[in-house]
Amino acid sequence: MRDFYAWVAVGLIVFASTAGDVLLSYSMKKVGDVGELWKRRGLLHVIGRILSTPTFLLAIAGFAVAFYSLLFGLSWGDLSLVAPASASLTFVANAVAARIFLHERVGRRRWAAALLVAGGVMLMAL
Amino acid sequence: MTFRKYLVLAGITVFSATGDSLLARGMKVAGSVSPHDLSGLIFSILNPWVAAGILFLLAFFASYTSALSWADLTYVLPASSLGYVLVALVGRFVFLEQIPFTRWLGIAMITAGVGFVAAGPSVTARHPHDSEQAISQEARS
Repeated sequence: MRDFYAWVAVGLIVFASTAGDVLLSYSMKKVGDVGELWKRRGLLHVIGRILSTPTFLLAIAGFAVAFYSLLFGLSWGDLSLVAPASASLTFVANAVAARIFLHERVGRRRWAAALLVAGGVMLMAL
Repeated sequence: MTFRKYLVLAGITVFSATGDSLLARGMKVAGSVSPHDLSGLIFSILNPWVAAGILFLLAFFASYTSALSWADLTYVLPASSLGYVLVALVGRFVFLEQIPFTRWLGIAMITAGVGFVAAGPSVTARHPHDSEQAISQEARS
């Protein structure tokens, strides 16, 4: 049963952090190039513009859910299972979500990168 | 890609690796937190290692957010995973830890993955208001 709860936590972490990453990427594309904006309008304008983007606040909420799911996952399962499993599955989930929701062109090159990094992260935690 | 943008990507890697290492070190000093009493988490912030780790992770979040304002998510994420490699190399050459073969294989796979995306364009998504500007910027840099 503990294993089942640990995998539920992994699922929650992957879902929440992917949602957070996609929402953050979407918000920042709406804000525009932060470096250029800083040069033209100043740092306060940049911070104000980011914080007034509703999807940015949703992204932060997603990361918070992911963080607390990790804490609870760690109380049910081993660190050596929960951390690498969620980190590597998040890379793959992000590639799928970026293609569907952000319309990024995830070609063979980027699929290969996502799978290699996911596999590499898993191996490093063994 | 300009020099400034490569610096931001390097910042993501260095800040996340340093932040995680400081946090791990601090939590070992502070002792383990019981899942039934999370108040220990609040007090652990007072530990200087943990506090420094949080500052570095804030710097990581700022550079990650900045990178996402001009590059695809599927470009930034693999690029930022070099942090795992950095932590392992610091462990090997600074703390003289032994690294097993599977971990070297993991390092090689992550590095190859980063090489794959870094050789391609950083922006591919088309957004109604800023895509033209982003793509023309990419062509110039």
